[in-house]
Amino acid sequence: MIAGLKVVRAGLFDTLQDLGRTGFMALGMPTAGAMDRIGLGLANALAGNPANTAGLEIGVMGPDLLVEADSVHIALVGPLSPALIEGPDAAAKPLESDRSHLLKRGQILRVGMIEGSSTAYLAVAGGFDLPAFMGSLSTYSRAGIGGFDGRKLAAGDLLPLAQAAAAAGDERKLAQPFDYGSGPLRVVWGPQEDYFSDEGRRTFVECEYRVSKEADRMGIRFEGPTIAHAKSVDHGGADIISDGIAPGAIQVPGAGLPIVLLADRQTVGGYPKIATVASVDLPRLGRLLPGQTVRFAAITVEEAEALRRDQEARLQRAIAGFVAARPPGGIDLARLYEENLIDGVVFDQPWSATSKPSSAEGGTK
Amino acid sequence: MSVRYLSCGDTAFTVEFGNEISPEINGRVMALHAAISLAREGGEIAGVVETVPTMRSLMVTYDPLATSRANLQPKVDALIARGLPADAVSRQVTVPCCYDDPEFAPDLAEVAERAKKTPEQVIEAHLASPFKVYVLGFMPGLAYVAGLDQSLFLPRRSQPRVRVPRSSVAIAMDMTTIYPFESPGGWHLIGRTPLWMFDKRREQPVFLSPGDSLTFERIDRENFDRIAGEVEAGTFDWSSLVKSK
Repeated sequence: MIAGLKVVRAGLFDTLQDLGRTGFMALGMPTAGAMDRIGLGLANALAGNPANTAGLEIGVMGPDLLVEADSVHIALVGPLSPALIEGPDAAAKPLESDRSHLLKRGQILRVGMIEGSSTAYLAVAGGFDLPAFMGSLSTYSRAGIGGFDGRKLAAGDLLPLAQAAAAAGDERKLAQPFDYGSGPLRVVWGPQEDYFSDEGRRTFVECEYRVSKEADRMGIRFEGPTIAHAKSVDHGGADIISDGIAPGAIQVPGAGLPIVLLADRQTVGGYPKIATVASVDLPRLGRLLPGQTVRFAAITVEEAEALRRDQEARLQRAIAGFVAARPPGGIDLARLYEENLIDGVVFDQPWSATSKPSSAEGGTK
Repeated sequence: MSVRYLSCGDTAFTVEFGNEISPEINGRVMALHAAISLAREGGEIAGVVETVPTMRSLMVTYDPLATSRANLQPKVDALIARGLPADAVSRQVTVPCCYDDPEFAPDLAEVAERAKKTPEQVIEAHLASPFKVYVLGFMPGLAYVAGLDQSLFLPRRSQPRVRVPRSSVAIAMDMTTIYPFESPGGWHLIGRTPLWMFDKRREQPVFLSPGDSLTFERIDRENFDRIAGEVEAGTFDWSSLVKSK
């Protein structure tokens, strides 16, 4: 029998995603990929996977998954409300987020709702045993490609696991929630800022915009004050000869309201793009919910690049700083005997086989 | 001819060769697309993720953790200064098309009327057009193919169709296209090819590439059905349709 996770109840929009299908935009192929690269990155690191392993991107509400494998290490990342684990002969109990867990055959993981974010991730140690399409497992559902059968998960699907049983190893967790940043979303002007009047550009950076209900993996339509084009839209002021669309590009059609284009965006488009969200803030965009408000603030390309490098360094520090996680509700007896007989207490400690817990770190996480 | 560099955040920039559609400008776009690809293979440029050619510009996407705009732009400038050949890469592609079945060509009569031609003359003009693939986009494998005979220029339909069948061959404005999926569409349907422009079972799922020269070859319904059967079964020999120039 194939080892896998069986979808016993589908969530709202759950798709397998890695870091994207790059290299084929020239053929009209959208990159797709994780909406929140940090969330997927943390989930993979907690599961012990390489960064580009495909994980399950959970959109708003996750599925119920039955473990049809001897055992599997999973990692959950994101503000779940919380997830529950139950069975085969045990009542449901909460499962902490931002850490790894060992699941056993017959248990059901109820991922449940996400709170305060549209996106969360589930990674499985060793990854899913599915074929890559054009070099990637990212699902692009509009063309029915990638991931599991090119679509969001449905009840009855069996997600095959690359590892039939979990390797031995302790669970680990994120020492503290990753800081995605706050304040305005940073943008770089262009590529077509000259298609907008001075007043239009001021409106864009001085006003607040609200995420409308039309928000999905392709993009987010914002509501708010209209942005004035430089030329009349009746005379081509909102039309360009189509050019390439980068992630985070903010196009403004004739109606004057901004649309931010995300993972499943088309490769080229004919509306002028006033600005592009800096890559450091794309993960924040990927977590926005309808009704939330944002502001935009302009920075330079160089500043955007520096912010991205800083964020990557923080992500790597967060991964290096994973701490060992106790099983829910108790101390880790195995580790107690193996490592820490003198103190008699197992502290959370940085994820390293050699480091010793210090009193400053112990017990405060 | 000078180029403009347009910022697309910190993961891409666009090299714009002009603000009009012309074979010369598109030729330079395709040449830079090819030149950057060669420079990457030769190790001259690192950190580029991919390049996206359009009718008059090339978007260069990059990994801001591996390089920077300040590092890349001078290298692209140097490639342009070295001189771009007018027609760097190209293939000659033949696309069989059946015009004769009213189910395949529901707009042929109307196109003929508006172009003041007979349906047969419309087909001849389409077959004689020196087509070139300018850009793929909107959906995977959808090619905007320029070079349509001027006598067939028409605006899009005022009422777009909700459902255009896969592999429909259509014209609008100064272009022709082939629908890779069943989808909504506002172009005039004048024929259908038995080929699939996007077939996820193939190693190279997208048939057309930017820069391809393209001609249509007229086939009857019997040949259409034969080729369609082979395409469906995955036994069709696609290489017979492609020649390198």
